[in-house]
Amino acid sequence: MSATAVHSLWTTAAEPIDKIPAPTVEYAQLAPALIVVGAAIVGVLVEAFVPRKVRYHVQVFLTVVALVAAFAAVVALAAGGYGTTKARIAAMGAIAVDGPALFLQGTILLASLVAVFTFAERRLDPEAHGNRVDSFAAQTASVPGSDSEKAAVKAGFTTTEVFPLVLFAITGMLVFPAANDLLTLFIALEVFSLPLYLLCAVARRKRLMSQEAAVKYFLLGAFSSAILLFGIAMLYGYAGSVSYAKIADVVDGSVRTIDPALADTMGNDALLLIGGAMILVGLLFKVGAVPFHMWTPDVYQGAPTPVTGFMAAATKVAAFGALLRLLYVVLPGMSWDWRPVLWAIAIITMLGGAIVAITQTDIKRLLAYSSIAHAGFILAGVIATTPDGISSVMFYLAAYSFVTIGAFAVVTLVRDAGGEATHLSKWAGLGRRSPLVAAVFAVFLLAFAGIPLTSGFTGKFAVFKAAAEGGAGALVVVGVISSAIAAFFYIRVIVLMFFSEPKAEGPTVAVPSPLTMTTIAVGVAVTLVLGVVPQYFLDLASQAGVFVR
Amino acid sequence: MNPVNYLYLAALLFTIGAAGVLIRRNAIVVFMCIELMLNACNLTFVAFSRMHGNLDGQIIAFFTMVVAAAEVVVGLAIIVLLFRSRHSASVDDASLMKL
Repeated sequence: MSATAVHSLWTTAAEPIDKIPAPTVEYAQLAPALIVVGAAIVGVLVEAFVPRKVRYHVQVFLTVVALVAAFAAVVALAAGGYGTTKARIAAMGAIAVDGPALFLQGTILLASLVAVFTFAERRLDPEAHGNRVDSFAAQTASVPGSDSEKAAVKAGFTTTEVFPLVLFAITGMLVFPAANDLLTLFIALEVFSLPLYLLCAVARRKRLMSQEAAVKYFLLGAFSSAILLFGIAMLYGYAGSVSYAKIADVVDGSVRTIDPALADTMGNDALLLIGGAMILVGLLFKVGAVPFHMWTPDVYQGAPTPVTGFMAAATKVAAFGALLRLLYVVLPGMSWDWRPVLWAIAIITMLGGAIVAITQTDIKRLLAYSSIAHAGFILAGVIATTPDGISSVMFYLAAYSFVTIGAFAVVTLVRDAGGEATHLSKWAGLGRRSPLVAAVFAVFLLAFAGIPLTSGFTGKFAVFKAAAEGGAGALVVVGVISSAIAAFFYIRVIVLMFFSEPKAEGPTVAVPSPLTMTTIAVGVAVTLVLGVVPQYFLDLASQAGVFVR
Repeated sequence: MNPVNYLYLAALLFTIGAAGVLIRRNAIVVFMCIELMLNACNLTFVAFSRMHGNLDGQIIAFFTMVVAAAEVVVGLAIIVLLFRSRHSASVDDASLMKL
């Protein structure tokens, strides 16, 4: 430890206060996230001050307006050229405003908007004591089955806090793929994770399962973010900075002047490798890649279904965005080190997700394992390390998120006395009883399977093409094989719905309000449009596929 | 004293925390072990900050403390909710959703 280094700290602190330059923050370029977080804070105030009777309507209105306004801000930024020629790093190096960030933010906002419609749905359950009820507990703090729970239901309480919570989560997700230093990355991760832990715990039906899902998600999520944070500490020790650009310079070896006193830490490859690996673990946990996927099926099954749909779509978009930026901006200099690791993870994720999904008997668990397999397909595109890799992954994420939200919205419709009928045996013969709902669900399943004329096919084709051109031909072979395995269980559900006899005491299909209908209709429309005429959106993704550094 | 020793201590604390998360069965104790891991990260940041002679690490330590506090709020709420429904905070008892 050199004495001068410490002394410089003291002199910095002793400088007159007026010599510290004020940070410059480009508020206009950060508008999407700022609008959403502002609305979330207003939502908290609404909870505190607005009468209970009108709270639901105020919250839904506020949330929808905020998401539409934030999306308009993203479009305005993109139209202003911030996605291409004027791409820049804003907020003193903390946030990147570039093509991938704007494309993924737009995707997250649109997907969240249709997901919020399913949050607001209040016509699926029969009215309780004359009050319309949604998917969320009357009072989350009351013990399931207790008198206080009955009293809360009778009084017509609803958990309208879900709307501010979801807005906070969206804020974190908007910042996550745009984060341009490791501290912002970590804070954004926590900002979107903490509300999601709570949202998992607030189901109206099957509350014990919902609480169990929340505990599991919380403990494992906090564990993984602690690992991520230690990785950040290692990279900070390695490079002496948490800024992406500065770390990338040290990784490339373009910084030649290393203080001899710091020879042990600065540029020490052990720190780089351990730190990089631990950050990857944290991000791969969030995308649900094998072997960090153990939380996915339990959390997807236990969480309220609207939350599951939102989480499955938006979290994946945000986490893959952050993963892409980390690998393409910070660590391209060590791609020889991380590519073999991600190869292995992509292979076991694709195969593991597809094979385990075959044995599932619960529709939500089945979709959870399917999402694991899809994480593997997307990883194949990430590994490509070409501009096509970035744009194909972004296109895949956009296509996948609408299919997922639509599929989970259909799951909320099929109900019996105990709430949603998620056991697969109850879906037998659904196509005979409710042909429209079954047909819509079949479209989503075919898109998951990657059948032509659906968005799933276009996305998979783009990702596999990028991977093959990026020198990962073997991955494409594994990807096609596991797609075939996955197609088996998607088709099996379709066969179950259309070609088996309905049971006498089978579930009923609830008639939803226009809210859920909109969600499902948007899901089907996006699935078909991206499948039949994808060219415009592929071009959009490839224009946006350049990271700023 | 050589600041590298603090890095070794931090790594040791982190390992103890991680082992505790994997071994212990009470949700509260698991959570405390996660907090230990976060504090080990803080120690690492501060030690590196001193070695590099810049203030980034110390500032990050403050952010980590805020995040840890927020995590306590959310985490304890969820764990207390589980305990009130089941009269047990054991992570092994919560097994409604096994395959």
